[in-house]
Amino acid sequence: MRNSKLSSLEEAIRRSGLRDGMTISFHHHFRGGDKVVNMVVDKLAQMGFKDLKLAASSLSDVHAPLIEHIKNGVITGISTSGLRGELANAISHGLMAEPVVFRSHGGRGSAIASGELHIDVAFLGASSSDELGNACGFSRSENAKSICGSLGYALPDARYADHVVVITDDLVAYPNMPMSISAADVESVVVVDSVGDSSKISAGAIRDSKNPRDILLAKQAAKVVINSGLFEDGFSIQTGTGGASLAVVKYIRESMLQKGIKASFALGGITAHMVKLHEEGLIGKLIDVQSFDKVAAESIKNDPFHQEVSAVEYASGMHKGSAVHALDIVILSALEVDVDFNVNVLVGSDGIIRGAIGGHQDTAADSALSIIVCPLLRGRIPCIVPKVTTLITPGSTIDVVVTEYGIAVNPGRPEVAERLRLAGLKVVDIHDLAAKATSIIGTPDPLPFGDRVVGIVMNRDGSVLDKIHIIR
Amino acid sequence: MELKNAVAGTLESGDIMIQIGPAAQGLSIELDSSVEAQFGRQIRSLIAETLQGLGIEKAQVKAVDKGALDCTIRARVTAAAVRATGKDVWKD
Repeated sequence: MRNSKLSSLEEAIRRSGLRDGMTISFHHHFRGGDKVVNMVVDKLAQMGFKDLKLAASSLSDVHAPLIEHIKNGVITGISTSGLRGELANAISHGLMAEPVVFRSHGGRGSAIASGELHIDVAFLGASSSDELGNACGFSRSENAKSICGSLGYALPDARYADHVVVITDDLVAYPNMPMSISAADVESVVVVDSVGDSSKISAGAIRDSKNPRDILLAKQAAKVVINSGLFEDGFSIQTGTGGASLAVVKYIRESMLQKGIKASFALGGITAHMVKLHEEGLIGKLIDVQSFDKVAAESIKNDPFHQEVSAVEYASGMHKGSAVHALDIVILSALEVDVDFNVNVLVGSDGIIRGAIGGHQDTAADSALSIIVCPLLRGRIPCIVPKVTTLITPGSTIDVVVTEYGIAVNPGRPEVAERLRLAGLKVVDIHDLAAKATSIIGTPDPLPFGDRVVGIVMNRDGSVLDKIHIIR
Repeated sequence: MELKNAVAGTLESGDIMIQIGPAAQGLSIELDSSVEAQFGRQIRSLIAETLQGLGIEKAQVKAVDKGALDCTIRARVTAAAVRATGKDVWKD
């Protein structure tokens, strides 16, 4: 067609004006099935680029090939929400000279919008695009090869990057409508065999638990929600990843049916559970920044009340219109919670990076009630600790912590503690939970951290919250 | 005390596998633990303590730990020792 933006990947890179030292960006909507990051960085390496800064919305196990590109000097800086697997392990042990910058999804959106995180060239995978770059996380054509649903984390990149390359595995006739990424923001369109393996979207942090302890925790958390004072017609809810926090939805549903209560919306990462409640009429609308499984991805394609939202409109602390400001209840998981209610979701208790900030900071800060669900111990690893290994979400924003040994309520929310007590729930002091953990496992020896900083944890407002040190 | 080669425990998460065998002198403990940095020291001393409590001073121990709690470690070490010595500490 006239004015077609089609080109090969190499040509698109040349056309972008990319130079050594510049910042490239990616989204992680294909999660464990992503093929775009490795494909593009391989090509950039082949073309001889060096010293590039990689600004990803998140990185996971599948991005282990970046280790070689870091060693070869192709990638010298990373900013991301999370790191997992071999890449995380190597970085924790000092692979990079420059520390990795970790931001929440809302924090990344804000940083891109404000120019603090400037993107020179965005490489955005899409499951369909036309020749001008109108692109989606799904395809309506019969040749559809992949589906990831919402492109929420890619939208700030599309809007604010200097140059945008859409990479798709299904080129469709113009106009590809309704679209997520608008052709107005796109400079080049590249067609490849595959942008991602959709069967791996729900890999990684997301699992549907049959673990009896997770189910116990989920039931307790559901009771907290139901007796929180916020469980009334029109309430809104978000759940994070992690078996227990996802399972909570199942138990809340029962109570909603019983009491005839409906939610106005569910927010954030949308799962099949949420879609089911929406289709049953129990949740009015779904605001989806990231489709956590194929059911959710299909739903956003077919259901007009399942709305895609950009990371900025989802969770930015700097934008008054962001959806988290309207959120009542969020249920989140944690690797560690300390006696001051501070939460760590990023660094394992072996000192190795193994997680992601995600929307943790954003939703905890702006929701009316934030609930953390986590066991007292995972094996010999304590989850309720005197002090978190790394500070990710400040305790002042955390209201309730649900464990199998009792429910701790932030002293700043005495009215919540009172309501839960009146409902017959076992409300305990968080110091007692930490002491209970120590009585079972003993006092852990300190981790062998070195002086060098390998990671910097940003708060969503752009300030530095904590530093991650090299582990020996 | 005469020792045979014996094993107790599994490689499941939350468990520890103890292999025990004869040694010419002393107690040697080779530990591979998923929580080495934080608990390796405590686990080694618990294994030694448990064996000494059973009167075993000379043994070679290989332990693969997947985050077991102290009660589990004590139970697995005791079971391995009972199998290695043929002396049932629960009955005798």
